[in-house]
Amino acid sequence: MNSQSIAWTLAAAQTLLFILAAPLLAGWVKRVKCHLQNRAAPAVWQPYRDLAKLIKKNLVLAENASWLFRAVPYIVFGATLLAAAAVPLIAVHLPTSAIADVIVLVGFFALARFFTALAALDIGTAFGGMGASREMTVAALAEPAMLMAVFTLAMTAHSTNLSVATETVLQAGLVLRPSFLFALLALLMVAVAECGRIPVDNPATHLELTMLHEAMILEYNGRHLALIEWAAQIKLMIYAVLIIDFFFPWGIASEFSASALSVGVLAVTAKLMLLAMLLVVWETVLAKMRLFRVPQFLGFAFLLALLGMLTNVVLETGG
Amino acid sequence: MNTANGLPLLLAYAAIVCTLLSGAVSLFAVRRHPGFLHFGSFLFLFLAGAASIAAGGWALLAHLTLTDQLAFGLPWLKWHLRLDPLSGFFLVLLGTLVTAASLYGPSYTREYTHGKAPQPLPPLGVFTATFVLGMQMLLLADDALVFMIFWEIMSLSGYFLVAYQHQHAANRHAAFLYLLLAHVGALVILLSFGVLAAFGGGLTFDQMRATHLAPLWATLAFLFAFLGFGTKAGMVPLHVWLPDAHPVAPSHISALMSGAMLKMGIYGIVRVSYDLIGEVRWEWGLLVLVIGTASALLGVLYALMQHDLKRLLAYHSIENIGIILMGLGMSMIFLGTGHKILGTLGLVAALYHTLNHALFKGLLFLGAGAVLYRTHERDLERMGGLIHRMPVTAFMFLVGSVAISALPPFNGFVSEWLTFQTALQAPALENGVLRTMIPISAALLALTGALAAACFVKAFGIAFLGKPRSRRVAHAREVPIGMQGGMALLAVLCLLLGVFPTSVIMAMAPITQLLVQDSLPSAAAQGWLWLTPISPQVASYSAPLVLIAIVVVFGLGFLLLKRGAVPARRCYPWDCGFGRLTSRMEYTSTAFTQPIRRVFGAVWKVDEAVETTAGAGPIPRVTGIRHHLHVQDWSWLKVYQPIGRLVLAAARRIGFIQTGNIHTYLKYSLATLLLLLWIVSL
Amino acid sequence: MALSSLSLYSQAIILFAALVLFTSFVMLAQTRMVPLIFTFAWQGLLMAVATVLVAIVSGHKHLYISAALTIVLKVGLIPWLLYRLSVRLDMNYETEAIKHPSLLLLGGAGLVIFSYFIALPIVHLSGLATRNTIAVSIAVELLGMLMMSVRGTAMAQVIGFMSMENGLFFAAVVSTYGMPLIVELGVAFDVMVASILFGVFFFHLRDSFDSLDVGHLNLLSEANEPAPLAETPAASTQGEHA
Repeated sequence: MNSQSIAWTLAAAQTLLFILAAPLLAGWVKRVKCHLQNRAAPAVWQPYRDLAKLIKKNLVLAENASWLFRAVPYIVFGATLLAAAAVPLIAVHLPTSAIADVIVLVGFFALARFFTALAALDIGTAFGGMGASREMTVAALAEPAMLMAVFTLAMTAHSTNLSVATETVLQAGLVLRPSFLFALLALLMVAVAECGRIPVDNPATHLELTMLHEAMILEYNGRHLALIEWAAQIKLMIYAVLIIDFFFPWGIASEFSASALSVGVLAVTAKLMLLAMLLVVWETVLAKMRLFRVPQFLGFAFLLALLGMLTNVVLETGG
Repeated sequence: MNTANGLPLLLAYAAIVCTLLSGAVSLFAVRRHPGFLHFGSFLFLFLAGAASIAAGGWALLAHLTLTDQLAFGLPWLKWHLRLDPLSGFFLVLLGTLVTAASLYGPSYTREYTHGKAPQPLPPLGVFTATFVLGMQMLLLADDALVFMIFWEIMSLSGYFLVAYQHQHAANRHAAFLYLLLAHVGALVILLSFGVLAAFGGGLTFDQMRATHLAPLWATLAFLFAFLGFGTKAGMVPLHVWLPDAHPVAPSHISALMSGAMLKMGIYGIVRVSYDLIGEVRWEWGLLVLVIGTASALLGVLYALMQHDLKRLLAYHSIENIGIILMGLGMSMIFLGTGHKILGTLGLVAALYHTLNHALFKGLLFLGAGAVLYRTHERDLERMGGLIHRMPVTAFMFLVGSVAISALPPFNGFVSEWLTFQTALQAPALENGVLRTMIPISAALLALTGALAAACFVKAFGIAFLGKPRSRRVAHAREVPIGMQGGMALLAVLCLLLGVFPTSVIMAMAPITQLLVQDSLPSAAAQGWLWLTPISPQVASYSAPLVLIAIVVVFGLGFLLLKRGAVPARRCYPWDCGFGRLTSRMEYTSTAFTQPIRRVFGAVWKVDEAVETTAGAGPIPRVTGIRHHLHVQDWSWLKVYQPIGRLVLAAARRIGFIQTGNIHTYLKYSLATLLLLLWIVSL
Repeated sequence: MALSSLSLYSQAIILFAALVLFTSFVMLAQTRMVPLIFTFAWQGLLMAVATVLVAIVSGHKHLYISAALTIVLKVGLIPWLLYRLSVRLDMNYETEAIKHPSLLLLGGAGLVIFSYFIALPIVHLSGLATRNTIAVSIAVELLGMLMMSVRGTAMAQVIGFMSMENGLFFAAVVSTYGMPLIVELGVAFDVMVASILFGVFFFHLRDSFDSLDVGHLNLLSEANEPAPLAETPAASTQGEHA
C-alpha cells in the first residue's frame, strides 16, 4: 500500500512538473529562435510573466457569448492536463500512465480541439468560423498519419500503454528499425501540424488570415486566454516528450530512487532542449505553406507512416 | 437451454401486448377524446418500452435462454419464440429508444393536430405500434416464418410512417425508394433462409443450428444474409434509401428508425453468421471489413456536405453502421483464423457500438426534432443562436454531438477505442496481407472519426451557436418538458455507458458466451475502475478517473481563478473596425466544409457556379452575386440510375407481348392449354 | 523479436532496403526533373551500400565489384548523362503536373502489399539472411513500371525504366547473393547503351513535337486522322521545315 501511495504521489508530482515546465520550453524555443534570427531575445521565463499578467486581467466577453464560451478554457485545460498526466516524463511504471493509452491521448486532444472550435463559432464572427473550419480540416487529415505511426510503434512494442511501450524500446537496446525511422519522421510532421507550427500555421503572428489556432481564440482574454495559451504550450511539450519516449528513451527512470529520478530529469531536459533547437531550425528554414498545400504535407506524413507499417510487416516480422 | 424461470418471457409478452394496446387505442379512440389518443397510446408505448428493457435485461444479465411455441401460424409449423441473451440485448436497445420516444411523442405530435396542415393522428399511432411490434417479435423469433412475417410488418409500417406527410411529392418518392429497397432486401434474406432451411430440413432455427453446412453453401447463405440485412442496415452501396427516408418521417420515428430499425439489420447478420451458420470464415470477415470501411468513410464524407440537419444525421447513421461492420469484420477474421479471444473482443466492440449508436443517434434525432418543432426549420443555413433560446435542447444536442464524435468520457469513445484495440491485435495473425490491411482500415477509421467531429462542430456550431440567421429561429422557445425528458434519458445513458464501460462489457459476457463460447475475463481484471480488454500491459483506460479529473479541474479553476475576481464585462466582438457584425457575416455550413470539399473533391459530384450580375452604366460594377452549389451522391448516378434504365429497357422489350388485341390473348390461352395437355400426356 | 536477433549488419541491410523503397516512392511523385535525377542517384547509392553490407554478411567477394559497378554507372555516369541531356534540352527547370498524386502513392502502397503477397512462398523457401528484402526488390521493380505507365514526360519514363533495372539488380543481390559477373557486366553495358539511345530519342521527340510530353506520341496512332496535326503548334514548324 505504501509503495502505491508513493507511486501516486510521484505521478502527481510529475504531472505538476510537466505543466509548470511547459512555459519554460516555450520560452526556450522563443529565445533560440530570436538568437538564430539575429533578434533581441526575451528572458526564458517571459511566458510565466505573460501568463501571470493575463490571469490578473479582467474579463471582457462578447455580447452573445454563451456559457459554452466561458466553460471551454477549463475543458481544454483539463483535457490537456490529463494528457500530460499519462505521458511518462521522468519515470516509467507510474500509475497515471494506465489511465490513458496513446489512443486515449489522441482522444483528449480531439476533445480539446472540438470545444475550441465550438467556442470559435460561438461569437458568430467570420474569424472564428474560418479558424474552426481550417483547424478541423487539418486535424482530420493529420489523424490517419498519427494513428498509422502509433500502430507501427504498437506493433513492435505489443502495447499502446505509453509506459510499457517506452520500457520495451528501452530494453531492446540499439536496434536499427526502418519502421521506427519512418514513424519518427511521420510523427514529427504530424506534431508540427497539430501544434500549429510552421509550415502549417504561424504561432508568432496575430494576423487572422494566416492562422488556424489563433483565429479560433481571437475573442478570448484574461484568465481564459491564459488557460488556453498554457494548454497550447503543454500540448507542444506533450508531443515532444512523446517523440522522446518512443524513439530516444534512454535515461528515463525505471525505478523510483532519487538517483534514477535525477538522471531522468537531466536526460529529459537535455533531450527537450535539443529537440527545441531542431524545431527552431526547421521553422527558420521553411516558410508557411498556403492552406491547400497542407493536405499534400499531411499526405506525405501518412505515406511515411504507411511505409513504416509496411516495412514492419514485410521486413521486420516476416519470414 | 433451461426453461425454469419463464418470467422474462412473460415480460416480453407483456411488452407486446402493451404495444398492441397502444395501436388499438390510436385506432379506436374517437375524435371526441383526442387527449386519450395522445396520452393513452404513448402511455402504453412507454409501458411496452419499460417491459422490453426488463425482459431483455433479465435474460441478458441472468444468462437465460427461454423458448416457447405459440399456436399461431401453420398447422404443422407453430410459431417458435426464443429469448436469449442476444435477443435480450437488442430488446434492451429497442426498449430504451421506445421509452424515450414515448416521453417525447405526446408534445411532438401535437403539432400535427394543431399545426397549419393538420394530419390525422390515428394512422401515426397505429403504424408506430405495428413498427415496434414488428421489431419486438422478430427479435423473439426462433423460426424463419415468424422472422419474415414480422420483418415485413416492420418494413411496411416503416413505409407508412415515412409517407405520413404524403402531401409532398418528395416524401412519396422517398417512401417508394425505401419500400423498394426494403423488399429487395427481404427477398435476399428469404433466399438466405432458404439455403439454411434446405440443408436443415426445416424452417426452425434449431434445425438450422444443428446442421453443418459445406463451405460453399455456408458462404452463399452468409452472402445472401449480409446483402439482405445490409440493405436494411444501410451499408454502401445499398444505402440510397436512408438519406431520403429518415428526414421526412416524424422525428421520434426517425429516432426509432435510425436507432432501432438499422440495428435489426445488424442483429440479422450476427444471428445468421454467428448463431445459425456457426463457424465463421475469415474471408467473410474481410468482405465485411472492406464494406464497413467504405461505408464509414463515404457516409461521413456525404454527411459533411449536407445542410439539412436530419439528412446529415441520416448519413451519419451510414457511417456508424460502417464502424459496427468494421468491428464485426475484424471479429470474423480473428475467429476464422482461430484467435477466439480477439474475435470476442471484436464482437464486443461491434455490439457496444450498436448500443451506443442507438442511444446517441436517437438523442440527436430527438434534438433535431425539437428544433424543427419550434422553428419549423430543417436547414442549417437558417438556424443559429439557439443555445440562448433553447438551452436545454442545446445541451442535449451537445451531449449527443460529443458522444458521436467519439470523445472521452462519453460512450462513443469507448466503442471506438475497443475497435482500435481489436485492430491493433492484427500482428497476431499469420496472414501477412491481412496484417497490412487491418492497420490501413484502422487509419481510415481514425480519418472517419476526425471528419465526424468536424461535421458535428459544424452541425452544433451553425445550428446552436452564433447569431440567428432567420426570423423564426430568432424567436424560438424551449420545447415542452416531455420532449426534454425523452432527450435527457438518452443523454444520461450516453454518459453512464461512457463512464462505466467495464460493467457494460461484463453485462455483455453472456452474449459472447452464447455465440462464440468465450468471453473477456481480463476486461475487468483490475476492477471496475480500469478497462483492460486484453491485459493491463497492452492497453488500459479509466473513464471514471477521466470524468473525475475534468470535474476537479473545473472545481479548482472556479476556486483559484474565478472566485473573488471582478465579474466579466460585456462588449461587442472584434470587427476589424468595420462596424457592427450581422448574422449574414457569419460562417455558413457550406462555407465551413469548403476546405474538405476541395480536398476530397472526387468523392462527390459537385456542381459549383458563381454568377455575377453586372450593373448598368459607364463604370463596370457588380450588383449581385449568386453562388450555386449542388452536391450529389455518385452511387445514385453510377449504380442506381443505370440499373433503373436497364430494368425499364428490359420491360419495354418484354412489353411487346401486351398487344391489346383480344384475339392475341385468346391465342395465348389456346397455346398454353395445348402445351399443358401435351405435358400431362407425357 | 525477429529483428533484434539479427546482427547489426543484417539490420542495416534491412534499413537500407527500406530507404531504397522510400526513394522509389519519392521518384513516383516527384514533379521536378533535376531532383528526380538526383533521387535516382541516391537510390543507386543506397543500393550500393546495401550490396556492400550483403557482401560483408555473406562473404561473397564479387559483390564488392557489383557495388563498385553500381556506383560508377548508376550513381555517376547515368545521372550525369541525364543531367547533361536535361540541360541541353532546356528541361531542367520544368515541372510536370501529376493528377491525383495521393491516389498514385496509395496505388504504390498497394503494389508493395501485392509484392509482399507474391514473395511469400519464396521467403518461406529461402534460407538467406536477406530473404525479407525480396519483397522490397520486387516492389521497387513494380513501382518503376508504375512510374513508366503513369508519368507524362520522357525523362520520368526513362528514370522509371532505370529504376526497374535497379529493382532487378537488387532482387538478384538479395535472393541469390548476386548474378554471375558476366551477366552483371552485360546488363550494365546494356543499360548504358540504352541511356545513350534514350538521349538520341529525346532529340528526335523534341524535333517532331517541340515538347517532351509522351502524350503527343498518341498522334502516331493510325486511328487518328492527320487533321489533328494541324492543331499543334509543332505542325506549323513542320510545315516550315518542309
